[in-house]
Amino acid sequence: MSKRLRNILVPIIAILLGIIVGTIIMVASGYDAVAAYTALWNGAFGNIYYTGEVVRQVTPYILAGLAVAFAFRVGLFNIGVEGQFMVGWLASVWVGLAFHLPKFIHLPLAILASIIAGALWAFIPGLLKARFRIHEVIVTIMMNYVALYVTNYIIQHVITNNADRTPSIPDSASLRSPWLASITDFSRLHWGIVLAIICCFIMWFLLEKTTRGFELRAVGFNQHAAHYAGMSVNKNIILSMVISGAFAGLAGAMEGLGTFGYVATKAAFTGVGFNGIAVALLGANTALGVFFAALLFGALEVGALNMPLAAGVPNELVDIIIALIVFFVASSYLIRWFIERISKKGVK
Amino acid sequence: MEYVIEMLNIRKEFNGFVANDNITLQVKKGEIHALLGENGAGKSTLMNVLFGLYQPEQGEIRVKEKPVKISNPNIANDLGIGMVHQHFMLVDVFTVTENIILGKEITSAGRIDLKKAEREVREISERYGLAVDPKAKISDISVGMQQRVEILKTLYRGAEILIFDEPTAVLTPQEIKELIQIMKTLIKEGKSIILITHKLKEIMEVADRCTVIRKGQGIGTVNVSETNQNELASLMVGRQVVFKTEKIPSNPKEEVLKIENLVVKDSRGITAVNGLDLTVRAGEIVGIAGVDGNGQSEFIEAITGLRKSEHGSVKVRGKELLGLNPRKINESGVGHIPQDRHKHGLVLNYPIGENMVLQTYYKKPLSKNGILNFKEIYNKARKLISEFDVRTPSEFTLARALSGGNQQKAIIGREVDRNPDLLIAAQPTRGLDVGAIEFIHKRLIEQRDNGKAVLLVSFELDEIMNVSDRIAVIFEGRIVAVVDPKDTTEQELGLLMAGSSRKEAGESTHV
Repeated sequence: MSKRLRNILVPIIAILLGIIVGTIIMVASGYDAVAAYTALWNGAFGNIYYTGEVVRQVTPYILAGLAVAFAFRVGLFNIGVEGQFMVGWLASVWVGLAFHLPKFIHLPLAILASIIAGALWAFIPGLLKARFRIHEVIVTIMMNYVALYVTNYIIQHVITNNADRTPSIPDSASLRSPWLASITDFSRLHWGIVLAIICCFIMWFLLEKTTRGFELRAVGFNQHAAHYAGMSVNKNIILSMVISGAFAGLAGAMEGLGTFGYVATKAAFTGVGFNGIAVALLGANTALGVFFAALLFGALEVGALNMPLAAGVPNELVDIIIALIVFFVASSYLIRWFIERISKKGVK
Repeated sequence: MEYVIEMLNIRKEFNGFVANDNITLQVKKGEIHALLGENGAGKSTLMNVLFGLYQPEQGEIRVKEKPVKISNPNIANDLGIGMVHQHFMLVDVFTVTENIILGKEITSAGRIDLKKAEREVREISERYGLAVDPKAKISDISVGMQQRVEILKTLYRGAEILIFDEPTAVLTPQEIKELIQIMKTLIKEGKSIILITHKLKEIMEVADRCTVIRKGQGIGTVNVSETNQNELASLMVGRQVVFKTEKIPSNPKEEVLKIENLVVKDSRGITAVNGLDLTVRAGEIVGIAGVDGNGQSEFIEAITGLRKSEHGSVKVRGKELLGLNPRKINESGVGHIPQDRHKHGLVLNYPIGENMVLQTYYKKPLSKNGILNFKEIYNKARKLISEFDVRTPSEFTLARALSGGNQQKAIIGREVDRNPDLLIAAQPTRGLDVGAIEFIHKRLIEQRDNGKAVLLVSFELDEIMNVSDRIAVIFEGRIVAVVDPKDTTEQELGLLMAGSSRKEAGESTHV
């Protein structure tokens, strides 16, 4: 069996397994599984409003997935996408509120702010890793907490006077468009999806086609050989974290400038950054894979909202079913192993 | 005639590729039976069939004349077959005893009875003259000792037939001698041994009989006492092999590499290279002879920029290299065939073609404005692959999938192609078969004849004697003697390597 075919087959089997086990659980607890899945599908693609919402939800997932995948390709595990996402969100809104400029300057500036904020937030663990070999997983986890509380503080005490959310950004910094809203029955769809797709292309091009990508991947596979070949391992480590953080920060702008148009204090993490890890894994750390994996996650998330309403399945059960699908997807290693065994038997 | 193991007409295919074709191996009780073949000839496949890791498509296996079906390694263990792997399977932080009983723990009331296990381990160790301390931690003992622990492990599990997979590849000459002694003791105690190797010298020294396989085919079995190294080599390779590398006398010219008072510390902060002086001229090969661990690795790493030096001077054509990064050193005309080709030499997950441009990818025409030109890259790769006879299904095959010899040929092709003034070859033939060794030696000499300076580091005295024009002996981080290979002997070199002075060495060998 070719590697490519297997790479496509594995996630499909994972999704099917999730659906099957979900069915068993629903039937066992007395719910109509067919109605539930129909509701899930309709909730995601049943009408144009839902589809608009799916695309909106997919946008930050693509970028968060790219962030995790990019670092991973260079051999780094960026758990800090969540934190970089939050600082990017805050930075975009802050710039959005602080200036009054024409749209063609204001919007790019706000987007740029999110990218720089995310990149800087990731630069710190990158530098610590390169200089002192401090493990990036630990640093980025801690940086997530720092991001959570620092952004909360800034929202409450710097941007506003003890309010829980900022005012909404002016139109000149917004990614929203009346036209996109009108064709999707007034969903919150915004132009960010175009940026996300461009970023997929950038990641692919940068890693696969450039000398820089050649170095980054070489460092990811074998630091010693990269060093021997005259590449600067430390520089590439820092650079990969910075680019990863830039993607994550941009994901924050999707929420700040697109979906919400403001930033509010949070009691806990948003989960976008952590879902990014699952998206990257499911997408095998490639740009195209991340795109499709984000599509799945976004559709599940939005579609599930419809399940309690249309099929009477309680929220908790919906969460379980979503988790099951994610579980099987994440455990695709098991499926891979299983396919290999079967195809080996086939040869014999 | 009693055979303990018979593998009759074994055939094993992988997706159409025939790895073993009609191979027969019969091992008598109490003999050391060598299994000889080039890298990739199918030795490991055959042994994995015997060990139950692969199922043969055809053929029969008999143990003590009874037909058996070995479908997994546990069955092989139960039949008394034990494998001493080339890459040890030991838990570093466990003691010798803990490693040995792993998976076969003696328990009383749910607790491991370590005392009893230690006693048993000590008993076996003494019986076979292994001298292993059952309480020592694996990380604290030498590689040779670790190998003995592997041997103990198989004996503890009741092995009657021991398979040694390239056992001497990782050992020092002294350790090899001891291992040979141990093998002889094992035979005396009634065990049988299958020795997988491509080192002819060792076969001549220990083996009773030898089965040769070539390209997956069984060539035949010979009695070692009735054959010689030349015959074995031609059986293995399928043609005559020249052991003594042909070369014209060297014609050294100006100094290319000049090292003065080099001091380098190892990773633990201990001085490994301690005031080393050396000169290599254009058109000569200087061989560094020495026992492993006398600073060779640190020395090479220092001059190639992979490790910081404390002080000293390393000049190539008058240009100071110390303090430069590996890229600058590469560009100063230094080529480096690294000692560990998997760690330093290759990105194993890159196609072999992309490995061919590992140091030059950023130069025109391989890339332009930071964009790689894959057409040029693979053109170059194809050229080097054919020029250096790298056997690979295609230039897009991952480097990981190539055999060791072909990986090494690829590295040598890459380094020679950069046309360096100084070519450093660290253990360039480690783990390779005679065919590949011959090829690599020829290429090194070719470089010399083209007026390049070649620095060769090797633990194989044969290689040093054969290829070098001058031999520098390294001992405790210093060059203690420089000799001409024409008027020295292996014995004298051995003594110098052990720290005797030239005068003492001369007296004890010539008197």
